[in-house]
Amino acid sequence: MAERPEDLNLPNAVITRIIKEALPDGVNISKEARSAISRAASVFVLYATSCANNFAMKGKRKTLNASDVLSAMEEMEFQRFVTPLKEALEGGSRKARRRPQSKRRRTKTKKQTQKSKTRAGMRTMTKMKKGWKKKNRMKRKK
Amino acid sequence: MAEVVVGKDKCGEQRLISLPLSRIRVIMKSSPEVSSINQEALVLTAKATELFVQCLATYSYRHGSGKEKKVLTYSDLANTAQESETFQFLADILPKKILASKYLKMLKEEKREEDEENDNDNESDHDEAES
Repeated sequence: MAERPEDLNLPNAVITRIIKEALPDGVNISKEARSAISRAASVFVLYATSCANNFAMKGKRKTLNASDVLSAMEEMEFQRFVTPLKEALEGGSRKARRRPQSKRRRTKTKKQTQKSKTRAGMRTMTKMKKGWKKKNRMKRKK
Repeated sequence: MAEVVVGKDKCGEQRLISLPLSRIRVIMKSSPEVSSINQEALVLTAKATELFVQCLATYSYRHGSGKEKKVLTYSDLANTAQESETFQFLADILPKKILASKYLKMLKEEKREEDEENDNDNESDHDEAES
């Protein structure tokens, strides 16, 4: 639970990265603007939560679910988020549930998903990426 | 062969959510009426927050003043909160900045207006003060 007020902030590094990805290259974001956006994001989460909670209460449910969040987005006039959110839910629900916390583990699962996709190269994948690529190249020649 | 390449691209693209889910959950649970949150709802909120940050940043930059200088400033954001209806809910936490001197002037003017109103109410007082 939140014990300190800082616990309600989102990590600055991540927020900055998201902003930089959204804006054209070479745009500077002032320090004040960064912290303002970060604060705004926290408020957005709270606003969305309380809207979603209203929908859950209307449905006499105690647990917030995906449809509550989607309805909340419409209520908040962020309809444009609904489609990408639905896509994210469909495309990534399986992965999201297993989503690990640390970066190291994340890369591991990435490798694993690649592995499952290259059924033929299963054994070589466990060795090295380079070896795996080589094998694919050889296959292509054939 | 092509299949593999596509799969690889997908993995590169699908960095699903970059914000920490645990933190999002803490923020959501800080709302007193919320009891429990479905994992899907959590993931959606995190994703939505990401979209929101992008949206706020691009909107503010596009409508902002620092386009030539290639900067996004606080005042651009404050303007967005004040002018855009969708971002209206941010107006309280992104107030417009004004100079202290301006603020004092505003206070004085307000006081003067109030005084004038009072004066109009009881004119005799006003006359006494004048003389």
